[in-house]
Amino acid sequence: MATIEKITAKKLPKEEILSYGHRACQGCGELLSVRLITKAIGPDMIIANATGCLEIVTSSFPDSAWRVPWIHVAFENAAAVASGVESAIKVLKRKGKLPKDRNITVLAFAGDGGTADIGLQALSGALERGHNFVYVCYDNEAYMNTGIQRSSSTPFGASTTTSPAGKKSIGQHTKKKNLPEIAVAHGIPYVATGCPAYPYDLMNKARKAAAIEGPAYLHVFSPCPTGWRTLSDDAIEIGRLAVKTGVFPLYEVENGKYKLNVKSRELIPVEEYLKTQGRFRHLKEEHIKIIQEEVNKNYELLLKKCECFG
Amino acid sequence: MSKRVGIEVSLGVSEAVKLCNADVVAAYPITPQTHIVEHLSELVANGELDAEFVPVESEHSAMSVCCGSSATGARTYTATSSQGLALMSEIVYIASSMRLPIVMTVADRSLSGPISIWNDHTDAMSIRDCGWIQYFVENGQEAFDAHIMAFKIAEDHRVILPVMVHLDGFILTHMIEPIEFLSQEEVNSFLPEFKPALALNPDKPVTMGPVGVPEIYTEVKKAQEVALKNSKSVILEVWKEFGDKFGRYFNPVETYKIDDAEIALLTMGSFGEPAMLAVDELRKEGEKAGLIKLRLWRPFPIEEFLEATNNLKGLAVVDRAITYGTTGGPVAIEIRNVLYEKKDSIIINDFIAGLAGRDVRINQFKQMYYETKEAVKNGKANEYKFIGVRE
Repeated sequence: MATIEKITAKKLPKEEILSYGHRACQGCGELLSVRLITKAIGPDMIIANATGCLEIVTSSFPDSAWRVPWIHVAFENAAAVASGVESAIKVLKRKGKLPKDRNITVLAFAGDGGTADIGLQALSGALERGHNFVYVCYDNEAYMNTGIQRSSSTPFGASTTTSPAGKKSIGQHTKKKNLPEIAVAHGIPYVATGCPAYPYDLMNKARKAAAIEGPAYLHVFSPCPTGWRTLSDDAIEIGRLAVKTGVFPLYEVENGKYKLNVKSRELIPVEEYLKTQGRFRHLKEEHIKIIQEEVNKNYELLLKKCECFG
Repeated sequence: MSKRVGIEVSLGVSEAVKLCNADVVAAYPITPQTHIVEHLSELVANGELDAEFVPVESEHSAMSVCCGSSATGARTYTATSSQGLALMSEIVYIASSMRLPIVMTVADRSLSGPISIWNDHTDAMSIRDCGWIQYFVENGQEAFDAHIMAFKIAEDHRVILPVMVHLDGFILTHMIEPIEFLSQEEVNSFLPEFKPALALNPDKPVTMGPVGVPEIYTEVKKAQEVALKNSKSVILEVWKEFGDKFGRYFNPVETYKIDDAEIALLTMGSFGEPAMLAVDELRKEGEKAGLIKLRLWRPFPIEEFLEATNNLKGLAVVDRAITYGTTGGPVAIEIRNVLYEKKDSIIINDFIAGLAGRDVRINQFKQMYYETKEAVKNGKANEYKFIGVRE
């Protein structure tokens, strides 16, 4: 792996890969994540994008918000399309049709639905085959593009349009699928979680993921004002609360070694996080207690992993 | 130098793909396509073919990988069959609309259910409207030649469309046949290097697969239809060039003893050979029998088909798939449509035959002929029927 230059406030790349003028909602955490990640990696990249908000808001023909080569084929196959792009680059380099020393990053973007549900098989296949690419799941915890339906990445207690809270339901009654751990289970060289509320952490992880040979998986917590029913200027605040409460800890797993990137001496109670969002408004004290216990348990487990496999 | 070898047809196909110097092969195993991709992975493993073999986890991903690699400018190949084709069909449609010149072999096999590994055209007909160039081959030699021509047609800048070569599962894929190989030099002299019209390259960014809003979707689809229709002239040109160079000609509509024929059988794929034998026997019986073998399926060769049927009074269509709940099989429905102007002069009888590898014997082809002759005499087509079915 080449030495990676760390991004700091003074060494912030100026070049924007994702243009302004796209059609995302105000205050979208997802587009911010994508902007930071692409900025960090730089223009020598090819993007394979799953169907979803990102694809819709950036590619309405004849407009395009992409300053790099970008391809969208379907919903569940971003990892497979990226596999194809990567395989082509490899063989074209070998045959002298692309410069051998050219370091083109292949980047796949998909949402939580396109990753945790419909695209899980394609992702697993691509990670297992060991393609040299970066897969980014921008997780806004539901199918936002189709109108806020639950996914397997929707957290317990969230009200969505297909897991609505009602007299006989607290909303989503299942636990959020742990995608980063599924990626880790493939034994790939790099897995990390990120959040645009911690831009330098996210950008440096993106840069590292691109530099590492082999598959890298980034799971990015992307607050969605529309789907989470928050104000449009809340994304950063909510992202910070998610990390500080332990709801979404920022960590990385490099060649099996766990590292917690943002440490809190003491976690803030999850209620502080939950109360910022309309999707949790219906929750009662007993539900919040369940969520708190789950967060504590998961956080402790993560700390133990960092301790044992750090 | 050309050499004639006895080889399993699947292996002949893989060797053709090797001679075409494919860059990326992405495939998932499914009977009866397996021998093709096994042999290709072997050729890659032995260093005889410098390609990336991507052993994907599903056919859906096979076609998705193909889209990614073709879009990046690599010559791309895959093969599938039946359920595999059904699973990848979502992306099959997208590949043609994105104008990606992928070549795919379909080892035709029936669709579930009930599950069956044997040959018919129910898989082919399920993706009839996918917008690919599609043609059928009849024997091992044609299978070999068809692939070398397929890359040239697909990648021609006047075409830029994917090509699907239909090859009957088992009946062809698993037969050992004599195939006259072309040398690498011969293939190189025929097939130029792949130069994509557009490729994903950071030096010249391009957005592929954007959203098609209502204001643009219809125009895109019209353009795709025009491209597929226009591809016919290039297909004919490439087939002729191949014939002039190597002595083996492909025609969109192949005919056998058609000139003075009054009633003809119509087949697609490997059924052409037993049907020829049936025609020979019928001729011996004094019948004015002929045979039409429809090779080019998409774009449909309307002019050539009208010409081939010009003097016919009756046509017995051998359909190897069903279109449930309507007037017969998909081929007959299409043929009736193409021959609509001639509806008063030609009787079209439809026979659904050879589903899931069920043998269709010479005398059954003759039966179809005689039933059609009877219908011509009565001046009225029969309702479609299943040949050899136990009721």
